[in-house]
Amino acid sequence: MDFFRQHILTIVTFWPLVGMAVLFLFNKENKSLIKWWANAVAVIGFVISLPLWFWFDFANADQMQFVEDAPWIQTLGSHYHVGIDGISLLLVLLTTLLGPLAILSSWSAIEDRLKEFYAFMLMLQTGMLGVFVSLDFFLFYVFWEVMLVPMYFLIGVWGGSRKLYAAIKFFLYTLVGSVLMLLGLLALYFIYPTIAAQHPEIAAQFGSGSTFNILAFQAIGQYLPFNFQWWVFLAFFVGFAIKVPMFPFHTWLPDAHVEAPTAGSVILAGVLLKMGTYGFLRFSLPILPDGTKHFVPMMITLSIIGIVYGALVAMMQPDMKKLVAYSSVSHMGFVMLGMFALNPNGLNGSIIQQINHGISTGALFLIVGMIYERRHTREISQLGGLSNVMPIYAIVFLIMTMSSIGLPLLNGFIGEFAIVMGALQENLWWAVFAGSGIVLGAAYMLWLYQRTMFGKVENPANQKLLDLNFRELATIVPLIAMAFWIGLYPAPFFRALEKPVTKIVAKVRPDFFQATPRLQAEGDRR
Amino acid sequence: MTQFFNIQDIGAIGPELYLAMFGMILLVLDLVVENKRTLGLVALIGLAFSGLFLMRLRGVEFSAYGGGLVIDHFSAFFKLVFLVAAALSIGLSLKYLDIERENHGEYYALILFATMGMMFMAGAMDLVTLYIGLETMAIATYILVGFLRSNQRSNEASMKYFLLGAFSSAILLYGMSLLYGISGSTRFIQIAQALADRPAADPISMMAMITLSAGLFFKIAAVPFHQWTPDAYEGAPTSITAFMSVAVKAASFAMMIRIFMIAMYPLRPQWVSVMVAVSVLTMTVGNIAAITQSNVKRLLAYSSISHAGYILIGFIAGNETGLTAVPLYLLIYTFTNIGAWAVIVALRRRDVVGEHIDEMSGLYFKNPGAAILMLIFLLSLAGIPPTAGFIAKYYLFAAAIETGHNALAVIAVLNAAVSIYFYLRIVVAMFMREPTEKTGLVYSPGLIAALGVAFVFTILIGVYPDPFISMARQAVILGF
Repeated sequence: MDFFRQHILTIVTFWPLVGMAVLFLFNKENKSLIKWWANAVAVIGFVISLPLWFWFDFANADQMQFVEDAPWIQTLGSHYHVGIDGISLLLVLLTTLLGPLAILSSWSAIEDRLKEFYAFMLMLQTGMLGVFVSLDFFLFYVFWEVMLVPMYFLIGVWGGSRKLYAAIKFFLYTLVGSVLMLLGLLALYFIYPTIAAQHPEIAAQFGSGSTFNILAFQAIGQYLPFNFQWWVFLAFFVGFAIKVPMFPFHTWLPDAHVEAPTAGSVILAGVLLKMGTYGFLRFSLPILPDGTKHFVPMMITLSIIGIVYGALVAMMQPDMKKLVAYSSVSHMGFVMLGMFALNPNGLNGSIIQQINHGISTGALFLIVGMIYERRHTREISQLGGLSNVMPIYAIVFLIMTMSSIGLPLLNGFIGEFAIVMGALQENLWWAVFAGSGIVLGAAYMLWLYQRTMFGKVENPANQKLLDLNFRELATIVPLIAMAFWIGLYPAPFFRALEKPVTKIVAKVRPDFFQATPRLQAEGDRR
Repeated sequence: MTQFFNIQDIGAIGPELYLAMFGMILLVLDLVVENKRTLGLVALIGLAFSGLFLMRLRGVEFSAYGGGLVIDHFSAFFKLVFLVAAALSIGLSLKYLDIERENHGEYYALILFATMGMMFMAGAMDLVTLYIGLETMAIATYILVGFLRSNQRSNEASMKYFLLGAFSSAILLYGMSLLYGISGSTRFIQIAQALADRPAADPISMMAMITLSAGLFFKIAAVPFHQWTPDAYEGAPTSITAFMSVAVKAASFAMMIRIFMIAMYPLRPQWVSVMVAVSVLTMTVGNIAAITQSNVKRLLAYSSISHAGYILIGFIAGNETGLTAVPLYLLIYTFTNIGAWAVIVALRRRDVVGEHIDEMSGLYFKNPGAAILMLIFLLSLAGIPPTAGFIAKYYLFAAAIETGHNALAVIAVLNAAVSIYFYLRIVVAMFMREPTEKTGLVYSPGLIAALGVAFVFTILIGVYPDPFISMARQAVILGF
């Protein structure tokens, strides 16, 4: 047990990879064994990640916990260094939760080349977890890139009609972003010894030699020259903004989503996009505070364009999946808006909204996948009146629609509320645009629901559709439960976030808490 | 002045002597042995002996032949790369030459002679020694490229390669003679002193630098002197293409490091500016041209051009990181590239050329192992972690950033990102298209061994690069 406790992050991260290795031993004709094994691995992966929540010390949520640190490439100063704080805790759990659901949802949807499919899903899982637990930038980068390969294959092999185009577009976009990020990382790597030499307290804590330690980079953040921060911020911006995706870089997303198989879309929307926002939170904000402040106008503008543009385009989509994909662009705009409000409310909301987006959009992709499996079309015009033939499906869809548009009592409301509050603290107009995004969001989601669920069943192909079976319910019920939990009692989540967020705000805006004592007090009370 | 020849100096060229000896043994054996594959094994034994001798010289540093040749970590590192590349290439050749119906003993002898020439290039501290090593390598390679006598493409490739090679050697010689005229010596150290004594923008020094660089750029196939590469690579027997793309290239870079970092070091500001332009052009043109290729051999030829462009970054940076990056990159490239070529060699069967990208369609369904290995090699060529190629590229980019060549670094990483496009075209063919009648592989024990070695090192260096980085670092720190 002690061993497990000390190495829990390593075990959680690499368990899917071990499962994948075992998967290769199976005969590829033995399809049910492969399915059962992949599901078992994923569920066990979730179960062994649960102790993280219970053992996590919420009182010190801003400290890295479950830390493991061992030298890896000594000539470079790179370590195998993992650990989580409150922010990564939530993202790790989101990943281990969505993984098994996505794998379960593929039970009957994937018939072809099963073994490879599940192998790539499990490999992807390890890659994503690795990104969230890495405290060494080099290690982070390795996981960040490793993940591209399985996702490329998931889209390219099991995707829709334009899968090759979508897969290569996904790969190229992300790769261009990440190699530029690599340059930013290198710049930090080479400037660290200089800064550490000037500030003995940093050298005492993290050593004076070259390092990839993310915490060391965060420590030197405030001493980095502005010009340097400006360039590195841009390098990181391209890498992360493509992943999020932010407005002008979003074009890969609809293609990738529409072509990807359901499980791929769930993971893509649920977890992969969070890696971009996580990158901003973990790197851009704390390491480059001056750069961050300088670029706030640009970031906010792009976020707002993303919110409104994503929503408007979503409204006009004839394809359900594409609609949900564009709604992602809009929702991720919210996340970025909250983050770059650079105050506790905005950041809290931003992170909660990341989790929410993983839950709601993940669920919506599952829902779209369910209907696609039955009808082999996602055209909204082909559907209609489905609530008559599939009542359970209609209820599930309704809950997730409400969650997505931010109805109180459900998760979306909490995140959006906090983000709008954070935006309002900074600038009235930001909040106005954010509010308009919520209205538009309600419009396209409700309109989608109305067109697909209500009315008479006019298309004969829809008359004999079966309602959800037990397996499908099992994929979606956990997400519904999560939606209600966050909606009704979000306190544990805020408890995990409060300290890390305060720490980030204190880093980016050291004057924030002094200048507004009222807010400080408010923060303390919560 | 030191004495030109001591009897101890024989020991300094032990590895080379072994290769020469085994080369000649092979020529004689060729007359009596019927099964030519045996000769391949004899060549491997020759390489092993040479390698053993190289191990004995490990860690020692001395100069022999009055300073004309040095034994140091640098030359040892490169000699090891040449031996590995030669051994792997011979592994690829055994079965392949049977299929091409051209299995002759001279083939293996020529590989040994070429390898010997390379070793002299890596150890030379003198223009004449260097040049003779270069020509020994080059002439052997010209013949090997044209080894498929009945194949028109092979003949054409050999002819082109020979003419352009001779032309570039002449330009190189021109530069060398200017250097000799300036310094009155053929030793690198004396040349460097003479160049340092002259004014910075001396026209004769410039002339020497430009002609010498042009000759060297020919040898490493840098743009705008790259046109011979795709034709030569495409026409040559695939096993020789593999050999050329790694060993000949590594030898040319070894020679380049000696010339630029020792003999022409005083002119560094001048040649760096030339090299920045050449580097940017080389990687960009190589990558863009590769995108449009449908012949896999040509595609990899253009990709190897772009790789030469990346490696030049190491010279431009010129600091410890940059110089470490060059041998490290070449070592990693040797394993990865030979691995990729091995799969293409395996595609060649009696009636199938196996070079067109369509002939790899659905390879995964017929030979999953080979397809997965090819995928790993291609990802390594593209520089995706956790493969060795990432470490190699990482080092180069790091060197560029460390020395403030930010724009160059941006261009390089964007090129690296673009390159994934054409590597993935092969992946798409292998994994996402239906197999055709033509798809299929011919394995042989030698080929499997070469694939295995390439695979193990591609992953090992990617996951645990420490010892290899140290080796490369030591090679360049102590070598100067």
